[in-house]
Amino acid sequence: MASAATTLTGAPGAPGAPGAPGAPGAPGATRRGPSLPTRVLRFVSRHLVATAAALTLLYMFLPVFVVVLFSFNDPAGRLNYTWNSFTVSNWANVCGVPGMCDAVWLSIQIALLATVVATGLGTLIAFALARHRFRGRAATNLLIFLPMATPEVVMGSSMLALFVNANLIALGFWTILLAHVMFCISFVVVTVKARLSGMDARLEQAAMDLYADEWSTFRRITLPLAMPGIVAAALLAFALSFDDFIITNFNSGSTVTFPMYVWGAAQRGVPPQVNVIGALMFLVALAVVLGGQLANAARTRRP
Amino acid sequence: MSALTAVRGGAPPAPAEPVRRRRRWVPYALLLPGLVWLAVFFLAPMATLFSTSLQVGSIDEGYRPAFRVANYTEALSAFSEQFFRSFGYAAMATVLALLVSYPLAYAIAFKAGRWKNVLLVLVIAPFFTSFLVRTLAWTAILGDQGLLLGQLKEIGVLSPDFRLLARPFAVILGLTYNFLPFMTLPLYASLERIDRRLLEAAGDLYSSAFTTFRKVTFPLSLPGVVAGTLLTFIPAAGDYINQRLLGTPRQSMIGTVIDSQFLRVLDYPSAAALSFTLMVSIVVLVWFYVRRAGTEELV
Repeated sequence: MASAATTLTGAPGAPGAPGAPGAPGAPGATRRGPSLPTRVLRFVSRHLVATAAALTLLYMFLPVFVVVLFSFNDPAGRLNYTWNSFTVSNWANVCGVPGMCDAVWLSIQIALLATVVATGLGTLIAFALARHRFRGRAATNLLIFLPMATPEVVMGSSMLALFVNANLIALGFWTILLAHVMFCISFVVVTVKARLSGMDARLEQAAMDLYADEWSTFRRITLPLAMPGIVAAALLAFALSFDDFIITNFNSGSTVTFPMYVWGAAQRGVPPQVNVIGALMFLVALAVVLGGQLANAARTRRP
Repeated sequence: MSALTAVRGGAPPAPAEPVRRRRRWVPYALLLPGLVWLAVFFLAPMATLFSTSLQVGSIDEGYRPAFRVANYTEALSAFSEQFFRSFGYAAMATVLALLVSYPLAYAIAFKAGRWKNVLLVLVIAPFFTSFLVRTLAWTAILGDQGLLLGQLKEIGVLSPDFRLLARPFAVILGLTYNFLPFMTLPLYASLERIDRRLLEAAGDLYSSAFTTFRKVTFPLSLPGVVAGTLLTFIPAAGDYINQRLLGTPRQSMIGTVIDSQFLRVLDYPSAAALSFTLMVSIVVLVWFYVRRAGTEELV
């Protein structure tokens, strides 16, 4: 009863006015408990936070819902922006629009190569930063941080400036790959380094105490413990590369990756098959992440 | 940072690096390939961008190396509007993202219990789908006859010529939306790290829930706020996808200009000047912001 009343009187102004005048009618008997504004705020924090969080999740998922919904649309005209009628033909003929599946396949190839190279280079740097003392650590940290703090449009245009001025390599597959590896490295370093510095260094010391040499300590202890971080970094690199538009747009020449295809299509009218690919990306990535979580849970449950 | 590490509860404090005899060259060998890659494809391009920004000539005659500072003044006076608009939109999107993300990050860190991992997956899951495809989805939602306005117009709540697309609103909403995980995840990480005993202590000392939040929780989450706002602001300031897909040329941002000067007008020096100025102004902004916020280690 009382709490319902508090909610009604207190809730609207509550977050902004912590010192809101205590309700004059507060019964003296409850003096032992927390004060009225506190109870209001406790209620607010208990339920408003959850409500706000749920609304944010809704905001996040609304476009995904629309992407999936419109992948089943049979658009009336060129534009797939208004709902017309339900069809599964977009899913049955994903590659029915010319060029799209080629673009997807090209994006997959570039992303796989960029992932392998960036994960390798970035993991080595992460080990150096987390496990070694050396001169120039601050400069290294800065060089890792800068690409993440640089807007894509600056990175893309600067690489184009380099390629145009150096004139050694034609814009296309290889320039896209070089650029993708570059911006993936920093994210790999940060992800792997976080995993390494979260590890208990005493495990490695214990291995050494038990007469493991440096190499077998690394292979039997450090690497298995770091593996989840390396896998996460590789997945992140793949996702970043596959989805990159701005940097690719500067360095692709006439090569068409999937984002480039969507961009071109957006000027004319996006075929619903693009939504099928969007929905598939969502489902595949979700399956990978959930699979990883389940595998992780199974591993920790095992004695 | 050290204060935070000191109060962190869960993990045992990291012991000092074990004293081991290591070969001195090992760290450098580990660093070399990656850092060379970054030097060639990040630092060298930046230097080239700078030298390009001072070149003279035209696309037909070719551009020659020079030291023409007027490229900067000309480009900036021609496109100052787009510059300020980019920073304004990015700032609004960042503030909105912070307001929208904080409750979610807070709920995941403190209230989710065993659903924590599920919720974290839900936070990133929407962003698995293509950036461009999910931005285009907003055109279906906000479109003049779209899912939202179409219904409202049919029942007569809105006049038929009411629009959301092609307005600054749509661009800012798109910018806010697209970088949300970059805000939510750092916020979550710093909230999660807070020692629960500090919050209990505040309560034991008769602090109200709000005061605890204001004096304990929020200050301790500041590293996450700083990281999240930077990770949102920087890409938002350089973005032009949202403007091109959800707005009109009237909402042109600086990324739009750099893109078209480089790829269509082919005026490399002025495009490079704009790009370099964007880079420098962001570095300067970040520098002051981080110093004010007092968080040194971001990486």
